[in-house]
Amino acid sequence: MKVELEADKCVASGQCVLAAMDVFDQDDDGIAILLADEPAVELLDDVKEAVAVCPAAAIRLVEQ
Amino acid sequence: MRRIVVVGASAAGLAAAETLRREGYDGTLTLVGDEPLAPYDRPPLSKQVLAAEWEPERLALRTADALAALNLDLRLGVAATGLELTGRTVELADGSALPYDGLIVATGVRPRRLPGEGAHVLRGIGDALALRERLTPGRRLVVVGAGFLGAEAAAVAWRLGCEVTLLEPAPVPLAHAVGAEVGEILTRAHRERGVNLRCGVAVTEVTEDGVRLADGELVDADEVLVAVGSLPNTEWLAGSGLTVGDGVVCDEYCAAAQGVYAAGDVARWHNPLFGTSMRIEHRTNAAEQGMAAARNLLAPDAGRPFAPVPYFWSDQYDMKVQAYGYLRGHDEVAVVEGGMADRRFVAAYRTGDRLTGVLAVGMPPKAIRRWRQAIAGRAAWQDAVRTEVPVTEVS
Ligand SMILES: Cc1cc2nc3c(=O)[nH]c(=O)nc-3n(C[C@H](O)[C@H](O)[C@H](O)COP(=O)(O)OP(=O)(O)OC[C@H]3O[C@@H](n4cnc5c(N)ncnc54)[C@H](O)[C@@H]3O)c2cc1C
Ligand code: SF4
Repeated sequence: MKVELEADKCVASGQCVLAAMDVFDQDDDGIAILLADEPAVELLDDVKEAVAVCPAAAIRLVEQ
Repeated sequence: MRRIVVVGASAAGLAAAETLRREGYDGTLTLVGDEPLAPYDRPPLSKQVLAAEWEPERLALRTADALAALNLDLRLGVAATGLELTGRTVELADGSALPYDGLIVATGVRPRRLPGEGAHVLRGIGDALALRERLTPGRRLVVVGAGFLGAEAAAVAWRLGCEVTLLEPAPVPLAHAVGAEVGEILTRAHRERGVNLRCGVAVTEVTEDGVRLADGELVDADEVLVAVGSLPNTEWLAGSGLTVGDGVVCDEYCAAAQGVYAAGDVARWHNPLFGTSMRIEHRTNAAEQGMAAARNLLAPDAGRPFAPVPYFWSDQYDMKVQAYGYLRGHDEVAVVEGGMADRRFVAAYRTGDRLTGVLAVGMPPKAIRRWRQAIAGRAAWQDAVRTEVPVTEVS
C-alpha cells in the first residue's frame, strides 16, 4: 500500500498527524508532509484512520 | 445485522458508510442522498470554488473507484421522506421503502433564508457556481451575516474586485462564537481592505434592489448573499418518535433510538468531555461522528462515548483561523501566545474553572498542539495558562 497526499488540497488541520504520528507531520504553515509513503503494515490502520478523518480528502491509500 | 441504511450522502454519511465496511460489515449498505451528485466537500465552496480557482470536480470526496469498492446500494437524487421506527423502514420520495436493521441519520443542515426573493445562499455546488458567475469586478455584493461563512465569501468577493458590504445584526461579529475581542480582530481585517462592515443592523427583507433594514433604509446591491445560519434537516423525521430539537437528539453514543444513530451537522449529542449537549457544524466533526456512530451501531454493547475536541478552521484573506474545543458560552478569553495586534496569536477560552477552547491565527501547528492536548485532558484553567509570560486578559 502506498500513501498519496495532495498537498494543495490540505487545509492544515493536523488530523492526520493525530491519527498517524509516524506517517504524517506538518510544515511551518501546517501543510501535511509525508514521513513515509509506504508505511509498515502495522501502521496501516492508523493511516486508514487518517484518510477517513482528513477534512480535505487530501490523503489516499492506493494498492500497488 | 444485514441491512443498514445511511441517509445523507455527504461527509458524515460517507464516513459512516466507509467505517461500516472497514469494521467488517458485509450486509446491504444503502446510502441515500437527495442531491444528484456523489459525495462532495463543502468548505472549498466559499473558498477555492467561489474564487474560481477550483472546478467542482475537485470536490469529490472519493474517486469513483473508491466509492465502487464500498459496494453500496447508492440512491442519489432521492430524498428520504419518512421514518417508521417500529416497523424499521425508511420511506423515500420515489415511493419505495427501505427496511433496515440499523439506521444512520446524516442529513445535515440547510441555510436559513430571509423574506423576499432573489438572494443567494451558499450550501451546495449549484449555489457556489451561481454566485461566482456574478462576482465580477465592480459589482456590488451585500452579504447578510458576518459569521465565518459570510466573512469568507466577503473576502473572496473583495479579492475578485467586487464592492462588498457586510451587514451584521450583532454589535460585534462572531462575539457569541469566539468572543468580542477576537471578533474585532477578524473584522478589522475586512475594514482595512475597504469592505463596508456595518454592525447592529437588522435586515428584514430582500428586495429587487438590495436589502431592506429594520429602520426602513434600503441598502442597494446587485447581488445579495444571505448567510445567517442554518436549520437542521429533520422534517422528514416528523412523527417518527425520534426526539428532534435543534437537531436529532442523541445520547453520548450518538444513539437517537435503538438501532438509530445520527452524525454530522444534524446531530445534537451529549459530549461527555464538556458535559454538555452540542450540535456542531464543522467539517472534521462530520467525519469523526460518522465514524463513531457507525462503530457504535455495529457494537452497541461495546459502545464508546463520542467525546471529541471539536476543531474548525476558516480562511479569510491571508489569515488562517483554527480553533479547538468548545468556545461557546465561555466566561473569559486570554491571549496566551503572540499578540492580537499583529494577528499572530493563540487565545485561550475559560468556561468555569476549565480550559475549554483555543483559537489561533497565524501560528504554526506545533504551537497549538499542546493546547489541544490540554483541552482533551480537561486541564484546569489555572494550570493551563500558567506561563512565564503574563497572559493578557481581553474579556
Ligand atoms: C460553504 C461552506 C463552507 C464551509 N467551510 C467550513 C470550514 O472552513 N471549516 C469547517 O470546519 N467547516 C466548514 N463548513 C461546514 C462543513 O461543510 C459541514 O460541517 C459538513 O459539510 C457537514 O457534513 P454533513 O454530512 O453532516 O452534512 P451535509 O454536508 O449538509 O450533508 C447532508 C446531506 O444530506 C442531504 N439530505 C438532507 N435531507 C435529506 C433527506 N431527507 N434525504 C436524503 N438526503 C438528504 C443533503 O442534501 C446533503 O447532501 C462549511 C460549510 C459550507 C456550506
Ligand atoms: S488531515 Fe488532511 S487537511 Fe489536515 S493536515 Fe492532514 S492532510 Fe492536511
